[in-house]
Amino acid sequence: MDLSIALLLGQDGLTNGAIYALLALALVMVFAVTRVIFIPQGQFVAYGALTMAGLQSGKLPGTVWLLLGLGALAVVMDGWIALRDKQLRKLARSAAFNLLVPLAIAGLIAGLKADTLPLPVQILLSLLLVVPLGPLLYRVAYQPLAEATVLTLLIVSVAVDFAMMGLGLLFFGPEAFRTPAFSEGSLTLGELTINAQTLWVIGCSAVLIVVLFLFFEKTLYGKALRATALNRVGARLMGIPTTMAGKLTFFVAALIGTFSGLLFAPITPISYDTGFLIGLKGFVAAILGGLGSYPLAAVGAVFVGLLESFSSFWASEYKEVIVFTIIIPVLLWRSLFSHHVEEEE
Amino acid sequence: MNPAMRRFLLPAFLLLLAVAPKLLPPFYITLINYIGLYALVALGLVLLTGVGGLTSFGQAAFVGIGAYATAYLTTTPAAELAPWLAFFGQSPWLTLIFGLTATGLLAITLGSLTLRLSGHYLPLGTMAWGLSLYYLFGTVSFLGRQTGLGGIPNIEFFGIVLDDGPSMYYLIWAFLLAGIFTAQNLLDSREGRAIRALKGGIVMAEAMGVNTSRARMIIFVIAALQAATSGWLYAHLQHFVSPTPFGLHLGIEYLFMAVVGGAGYVWGALVGAGIITILKHWLQEFLPKLLGQSGNFDNIVFGIMMIVVLLRAREGIFPLLRKIGSRNSTQTIKPFNPEAEPLPKRDMPPQGDTLLEVKHVTKRFGGLVANNDLSFTVKAGEVMALIGPNGAGKSTMFNCISGVNPPTEGEVVFRGKVISGMESRDIAKLGMSRTFQHVRLLPTMTVLENVAIGAHLRGHRGVIPAAWRLDRKEESRLLAEAARQIERVGLKEHMFDAAGSLALGKQRIVEIARALTADPSLLLLDEPAAGLRFKEKQALAELLRKLRAEGMGILLVEHDMDFVMGLADRCTVMEFGELLAEGLPEEIQTNPKVLEAYLGGADE
Repeated sequence: MDLSIALLLGQDGLTNGAIYALLALALVMVFAVTRVIFIPQGQFVAYGALTMAGLQSGKLPGTVWLLLGLGALAVVMDGWIALRDKQLRKLARSAAFNLLVPLAIAGLIAGLKADTLPLPVQILLSLLLVVPLGPLLYRVAYQPLAEATVLTLLIVSVAVDFAMMGLGLLFFGPEAFRTPAFSEGSLTLGELTINAQTLWVIGCSAVLIVVLFLFFEKTLYGKALRATALNRVGARLMGIPTTMAGKLTFFVAALIGTFSGLLFAPITPISYDTGFLIGLKGFVAAILGGLGSYPLAAVGAVFVGLLESFSSFWASEYKEVIVFTIIIPVLLWRSLFSHHVEEEE
Repeated sequence: MNPAMRRFLLPAFLLLLAVAPKLLPPFYITLINYIGLYALVALGLVLLTGVGGLTSFGQAAFVGIGAYATAYLTTTPAAELAPWLAFFGQSPWLTLIFGLTATGLLAITLGSLTLRLSGHYLPLGTMAWGLSLYYLFGTVSFLGRQTGLGGIPNIEFFGIVLDDGPSMYYLIWAFLLAGIFTAQNLLDSREGRAIRALKGGIVMAEAMGVNTSRARMIIFVIAALQAATSGWLYAHLQHFVSPTPFGLHLGIEYLFMAVVGGAGYVWGALVGAGIITILKHWLQEFLPKLLGQSGNFDNIVFGIMMIVVLLRAREGIFPLLRKIGSRNSTQTIKPFNPEAEPLPKRDMPPQGDTLLEVKHVTKRFGGLVANNDLSFTVKAGEVMALIGPNGAGKSTMFNCISGVNPPTEGEVVFRGKVISGMESRDIAKLGMSRTFQHVRLLPTMTVLENVAIGAHLRGHRGVIPAAWRLDRKEESRLLAEAARQIERVGLKEHMFDAAGSLALGKQRIVEIARALTADPSLLLLDEPAAGLRFKEKQALAELLRKLRAEGMGILLVEHDMDFVMGLADRCTVMEFGELLAEGLPEEIQTNPKVLEAYLGGADE
């Protein structure tokens, strides 16, 4: 291996690492606020990229139907409770949020000829279509179980992931798609040529990491969100709306996931089943950081990215084996430093 | 359905199973074979998830190890194998032993890495190594890469060649029924109670001397071995293996089977495997036609079905079926022999011997000092009361002594041995037992079973005797001892009630019975009289006096001063984590500092 190959691999690893970092951060955040281990995080990557590809080919992405369906389901669930408690205003508000907003988005997308619009508008439309799925999923699948154990919530996550992957195949078909880069061109630094999309990926990740870190560590709202994870009842008694916190967190997670998909699709072709593996690599990164620390998760993600790109050079067949086995020494290390038997929730 | 009919349910089911191959066309036999194979894996997940509160998405990888082990060893010419491997390659039965050993070793290794960490690391870890083993099957050249290994020979059973679906049918179902039988026996035993305590009772079980890490390892290894057995059967049924059926996808489906069927019930594994296997077959035929595309759309249905099950029937389908079967409660009255030979008892230390010495113990939680430089002693045959206002640090002191939460500084000596820093299960072995202020019973288990957990250290029969019912003599001695202690605390009529159905005051008394079943020389009681009525308090005081007369030392935390003053030989008063006063009850009652702490200053 000479320097130019090493630089190329390093750049590749760093780019992938930046994507994993974004996902790892979202996972850490969702876990910290809701105790949900959000396996479907990776599906948002695939949904984002494939919705974008659908828009660009002038088709109405199947995501529209999922958005409307989940919205209707949320209204039915809210309505059931609202009728029972005789609070019709709540029902009206739920209908406005969960039915009218998705309808408006669907109408907008059906009305516009998205394939003729400039790229930034297409990005915006993809986000509009996919991101609301996050809070809707929280409402439909997680909120009724918010008091359940971490284990039950994890099984729900896997089930949601299963369903989303199947729906992804139905909506987008089995083909992989690549979308155009945010901006063309490249930057040359001596031996190294960095293309613009790589800079986008790394730049966006860095900014998001800093923002999340500051939000959770420095602001009152961020601390309030963390409090809901530690003690839901206590947080509610202190006036923190835990349901809102859950929806907000899922919104941010969906935003990060979808945006990662849009960032990533110009670099790697993405198909309906890519999301699961990408998401799990984000998990490996988050676990390297102990599922609790944003900066450590980011470092873990870059490590996973580099490990992946260098092992694809030296032992390409064993790339995935190596990436997923790295978790074992990490668990060993963590195991050695945890001494006391704890009660599970 | 009445009980008499229920009794015929199992024999009828077995009879149907036995005649099925004669009556059903081969297609259905194949389907039932697969249900059996899947149920064997799901059974392990019932133990892990429903009973033990752990979970694994990587069971499919263990199935793969069982399948690939036999495939590789039986299809590779002996000359190409190392001599010791060639030995195993001679017969499928030897490869089964090889596969189980390999799986067991791997499970122990993976388990020791993940089982000590908090709950969610295990499932995430299983996903990671499940994937990594799957990719390994697909890349290693001697395992045939993506093309897999073919030409796996038939199993021979005493000269009978099992070469088709119907003949494999009996073997598969024999293994499954043996698995169900073993699991049921295991859960109904000393080790089984320890395993059932894993879900929500870890701190309690450790205080009763249970090594909960070991209990987790046991079910993890059993689940892995059951999966590997299923893989071995699969390989000899199909005569061909490739990586696909051992991927994470199947690993997740196995978990779905256990949860849909009823993860808390041994028969739930079979129900779940049946439902999912049949539904999957039907959906894979029907959905692509409906949607006009080909692909695995059954995922959508299974995903949504899981969410609905978890939202609406978290216990799964089996308990619903059972409820249709009988309207009565499913409470089981466990037969045991009350005349069983009593368990040997510990020698009590002579009256007046110092049992427990607390020396300058300090406990800090971050900046908060919960106990500051406290010292006191408890002697054999005395009741020492630890009193003080709420938040004085009494329960923290209990946790320091019993090893639940070791002290930051200072030393605790029990019967001449320094115990500070020891695990609570090791302290329990030395003859200390305790109750908890916030009752820690397993609410769905009967009072008898809860109390029997206290006797954990007085039995020693392990997993294998339990699984094959060789532990019954010891088991009836343990249960008889538990029953004696229940009678002694006056709860005989609640012996077979679910512990969670009792009033809170009575649950505290159950805790005392459980602690007594451990045959302690020192008893730590945290607010035993709270929630009791006057008569019940009198009975409790009478019991404690009797125990004291037998030479037991009792350390008592209690807020009811009439109760304390009528019973205690000495009192230690705490306030804000510090020692306020020490002495005889009469001295304490007139001590001005104590009066101020309890009633507020006189000059206010």
